[in-house]
Amino acid sequence: MSARFWILDVVFFALLVAIAIPFGRFLTRVFAGENRASQRALGWLERGIYRVAGVDPAKEHSWTAYAGLMLLFSLVTQLVTHVLLRYQHKLPFNPTKLDAVPPWLAYNTATSFTTNTNWQSYGGETTMSYLSQAVALTSHNFFSAGVGVCVAVALIRGLARAESPTIGNFWVDLVRVHLYVLLPLCLGYAVFLVSQGVIQTWQGPATWTALDGTQQWILRGPVASQEAIKMLGTNGGGYFNANSAHPFENPTPLSNFVQMLSIWAIPAALCVTLGDMMKSRGHGRAVFGAMAFLGVVGILVLGYFESKGTPLLANAGADLGTLGHPGGNMEGKELRFGIADSALFATVTTGASCGAVNAMHDSFTPLGGLVPMFNMQLGEVVFGGVGAGMYGILVYVILAVFLAGLMVGRTPEYLGKKIDSRDVRFAALYALIPAFSILIFTALGLMTEAGRSGIANAGPDGAPVPHGFSEVLYAFSSGTANNGSAFAGLTAYSPQHPIFYSLTLGLAMFVGRFPLIIAALAIAGNMAKKKRVPVGPGSFPVEGGLFVGLLVGTVVLVGALTFFPALAIGPLVEHVMMHR
Amino acid sequence: MGEGGSRRVSKHSVRKQHSMWDPAIVRPAIVESFKKLDPRAMAKNPVMFVVEAGSLLVTVLFVRDVVTGHAVGVKFAVQVIAWLWFTVIFANFAEAMAEGRGKAQADTLRKMRTTTTARRIRRTDDETPLKVGALPEGVGGGEEVAATELRKGDVVWVAAGDMIPADGEILEGIASVDESAITGESAPVVREAGGDRSAVTGGTRVLSDWVKIEIRQDPGTGFIDRMIALVEGSSRQKTPNEIALTILLSALTLIFLVAVATLEPYARFFHGSLGVMALVALLVCLIPTTIGGLLSAIGIAGMDRLVQHNVLATSGRAVEAAGDIDVLMLDKTGTITFGNRQAFQFLPVSGVDEAELARVAALSSLADETPEGKSIVVLAAQRAIAPALPEGATFVPFTARTRMSGIDSAAGHMLRKGASDMVIAHVRAKGGPVPADLQAIVAKVAGEGGTPLVVADGAKILGVVYLKDTVKPGMRERFARMRAMGIKTVMITGDNPLTAKKIAEEAGVDDFLAEATPEAKLAYIHKMQEGGRLVAMTGDGTNDAPALARADVGVAMNTGTQAAKEAGNMVDLDSDPTKLIEVVEIGKQLLMTRGSLTTFSIANDVAKYFSILPAMFTGILAFQAVQGQPRSSAFWALNVMRLGSPSSAILSAVIFNALVIVALIPLALRGVKYRPLGAGVLLRRNLLVYGLGGVVAPFVAIKAIDLLVNVLHLA
Repeated sequence: MSARFWILDVVFFALLVAIAIPFGRFLTRVFAGENRASQRALGWLERGIYRVAGVDPAKEHSWTAYAGLMLLFSLVTQLVTHVLLRYQHKLPFNPTKLDAVPPWLAYNTATSFTTNTNWQSYGGETTMSYLSQAVALTSHNFFSAGVGVCVAVALIRGLARAESPTIGNFWVDLVRVHLYVLLPLCLGYAVFLVSQGVIQTWQGPATWTALDGTQQWILRGPVASQEAIKMLGTNGGGYFNANSAHPFENPTPLSNFVQMLSIWAIPAALCVTLGDMMKSRGHGRAVFGAMAFLGVVGILVLGYFESKGTPLLANAGADLGTLGHPGGNMEGKELRFGIADSALFATVTTGASCGAVNAMHDSFTPLGGLVPMFNMQLGEVVFGGVGAGMYGILVYVILAVFLAGLMVGRTPEYLGKKIDSRDVRFAALYALIPAFSILIFTALGLMTEAGRSGIANAGPDGAPVPHGFSEVLYAFSSGTANNGSAFAGLTAYSPQHPIFYSLTLGLAMFVGRFPLIIAALAIAGNMAKKKRVPVGPGSFPVEGGLFVGLLVGTVVLVGALTFFPALAIGPLVEHVMMHR
Repeated sequence: MGEGGSRRVSKHSVRKQHSMWDPAIVRPAIVESFKKLDPRAMAKNPVMFVVEAGSLLVTVLFVRDVVTGHAVGVKFAVQVIAWLWFTVIFANFAEAMAEGRGKAQADTLRKMRTTTTARRIRRTDDETPLKVGALPEGVGGGEEVAATELRKGDVVWVAAGDMIPADGEILEGIASVDESAITGESAPVVREAGGDRSAVTGGTRVLSDWVKIEIRQDPGTGFIDRMIALVEGSSRQKTPNEIALTILLSALTLIFLVAVATLEPYARFFHGSLGVMALVALLVCLIPTTIGGLLSAIGIAGMDRLVQHNVLATSGRAVEAAGDIDVLMLDKTGTITFGNRQAFQFLPVSGVDEAELARVAALSSLADETPEGKSIVVLAAQRAIAPALPEGATFVPFTARTRMSGIDSAAGHMLRKGASDMVIAHVRAKGGPVPADLQAIVAKVAGEGGTPLVVADGAKILGVVYLKDTVKPGMRERFARMRAMGIKTVMITGDNPLTAKKIAEEAGVDDFLAEATPEAKLAYIHKMQEGGRLVAMTGDGTNDAPALARADVGVAMNTGTQAAKEAGNMVDLDSDPTKLIEVVEIGKQLLMTRGSLTTFSIANDVAKYFSILPAMFTGILAFQAVQGQPRSSAFWALNVMRLGSPSSAILSAVIFNALVIVALIPLALRGVKYRPLGAGVLLRRNLLVYGLGGVVAPFVAIKAIDLLVNVLHLA
């Protein structure tokens, strides 16, 4: 692996830590309503919103009310988006005169953006009007990210509080995360992206005459405004079909670097917030450490196999002599990013539930491609989606503490909160639902003609090959984990088969989002009610290297035990066959 | 209360310890493990239920194939099916073993309940007042009823030689009672109406005198009955942690069920099929059968260990709670200290010889049977002063009014020792002077936590005997052990704060509650619980009952009152208050054993995957046969253990999975070794042994079994 690879990754993690600490502290203050400086600037607006909406900011919600409002907010906004997509041809800001989005695609897309998945069964620039992109979809980029952060904060509150019937006010959390965090940051971020060459315009396509005299249309639109929240909110739904590989979305190595940082910025900062709110900075550090460890291993594996290339490339006479840039497996990668930037991007985007891509994951080596897939199957806890990664890892923490907690001879307790059967039930559900969704939907995809028709890769005689299997497995892993990236060989929407993947992926995205959020909030509510036991020498330690190891072990073991057979049939066997 | 509570520590127990593989227990357990195959019984254990269902499925399919003549690979199939059934039976065997050991104890307990008859002198619904006094033997002694017919509230009359028919409280009379049947202590104990020694237990025998007893338990609900039910496992309810763990294990089972079931459609995608046999084998190996099979055995064995320590618990929940204890409240007297104040020093006033003081103090105590009095004589003897009781002297005992004791010589000369104010008043009345330095000496002794006894010879005050409460040897070490476990020890005493502080320091407890009234104890427990702490306490008196009931773990002494026993959730038959330490350790051991075996069980799956998956997929994605080389599959390349053949790989994994249950039965019954260390150290140690060990061990074991299977040509 090249020197660029090592330098890039070290600088990346150093900057991530440097950003996470002050940002996390700021988030703590925002959700406690103690962000005095920003309140001086925008407090009038916050109070105005409450007054107009008739929200009493002092009144807190029980976990059921919090979950109900979250669900109501999400589903109503999903419906609005659905309607906007279906009627975009009758609405303004449609310079390329695009037709209505077909019904199943509209359903799939609305679900996709509401659940922070941003799976795209369409090419953005040729399907969505400017209005659909900038309003119907971008608004969800904000909302779904905001909801994720709210849930994470509500869960942390539940853990941090004692003997409280409530876990916060959903509306207040939602307004604050938008007003003080997402909107101001995205404003600056979009301006930065424009400086790098990302476009932002309401004008229709540009036309120019090519050297051979043909007229070309160059599609464009309000890209920068969507791009900023696409990364910061770990949405990942690109304006263009090529996503962050497109020069109008991600023009330079610098924009690429900042995009990667911005994906992990909020999830990493939430680790700091966790430490602050629970008054145990060591615990926040440990959770960060576990996430970072999993991320580093992913980057190393992915980087190694992509740098090494494949026997097929070697046989074709490609230069693999240098394990550096641009040697190795350059298929499906942008020359301006190369292997180092693509490997890091792929790990970051699948570790978080972002799903933006700057390279074709379908073209990765088998074991290189296994990394993004496994990241998603772990439930997006390698920093994870904004908020989603935090509540996901906290559920793993509860499982780890419960299991190992028994081994110290006490009823397992997590920072002074005893873990009872109700917590275990919801944590188990949290682990169960995605496993069911990924494995069963994949089986459905393989068993039905409609499912198999989408698969791109087959053997010379049309025989099924492991990579074809991986495409389907990847799709449902991505949908369920609310990631949104794809082994793009899979055709998830075609006029011949409009329903199968639209429906199944739509369901996968739904069950991978809302039932899990409800489980997380149920744990929050149950934990908030409990008394706090003072932490002493007999208490289970949730900081330090031992705990990091335990947490990493639990995450990997649960993920590996669930998905090892599927991964063996897909990438592992593909690797064996390729190297035979 | 508990001041002066008995501290008999029985060195032997009636409950004999059974060796691990005692044939008397193993033989019925084998029978029992087949009886437990009844699916209605299995349904209580989701993990093992799945194993049984899977075993049944492959058996039925195999029989069908044999009948229709389609059976292939019969030798392999029969072995796999047999081992799948062994998995269920071994798990049942573990439970039956634990229950068998419990039953053996229950039988011992049951022997105490031999059918006795009782003489009922008043029914529970009878309103007529009870006649006071002894009943004439045999005449008008109430009605003769079987002990089992007695109801709560009935009053019975028990005379010397009779068995006490049921648990109850003495209303009238005093008797010496042989309680060896339940305590193992052969010396009889005195039981009397009123006070803290009024409770009697069914199955014990009155040796002398008579008592009237009000029955406090309906038949079948007495302490022994409840205990029998618990150790037999019949009425064992799952504890909170066990419920939570069962949920987790069920969830894991469901995940593996789906992970395995979806393999068939995945294989069909590649135009292959895996077969039910291989799928069931993989499923059984993956689901947590090790812990699933041993879970109930662990719980029963924990109860069993408690009984071996002569402690009866009313529920498994209480045992589990003991492991969580943060605060332990112990009575000072009788528990931490010897409970009686012992003479420590003679402190003469100026102008008096120490030997003279010692002589008079000893003289005044010669007839004094109290421990204090005896210790004065002993201390004097150590100074070679052993006066003889003068002829004709009469003993003046201590009374609450005079608060002095001593002797009057035949000539009327008074020797007195007692509370300083009383002795001073006594001397003044005789016109004697009060020495100038007396108050200083008295204040010094009291300040050090001791009790000053002023000694007077006639009208002359000689000095002070310094009585000191002595901390039992070994207490410091025990409290240090508790501290290492993260448990705070609190000493309860009626002493003033100054005295309490001194003894607390000497004994090494973390905190003390001085001048403790029942209300103060209750308030202290409440305060601790408000802060989220779990409190354990020991007690024996009726006025301990509210606190015992309030505490999360209340251990009543068997010598205590019925009220105390009913309020607590455990009874210590040896009435040894420090036994709480062992109870806490047993509770912790119980949780640790469950956690460790769960971790081990799950960690095992890694090796099982690597042995079965490559084997079951060999028919799929087969490479083109290369000339001169056997046909091979891409999947067989994942056979990292280099097991002999696909069938030996599957068989070895299934055999390992079944045998590991048997191999771990001793650990489940004995429990994981507990050491009083901090949580971090314990976690590190157990994670290493059961987590890492759980990953590595099956790789080695399955490889070894596979070698054997191939050597013996079993597959």
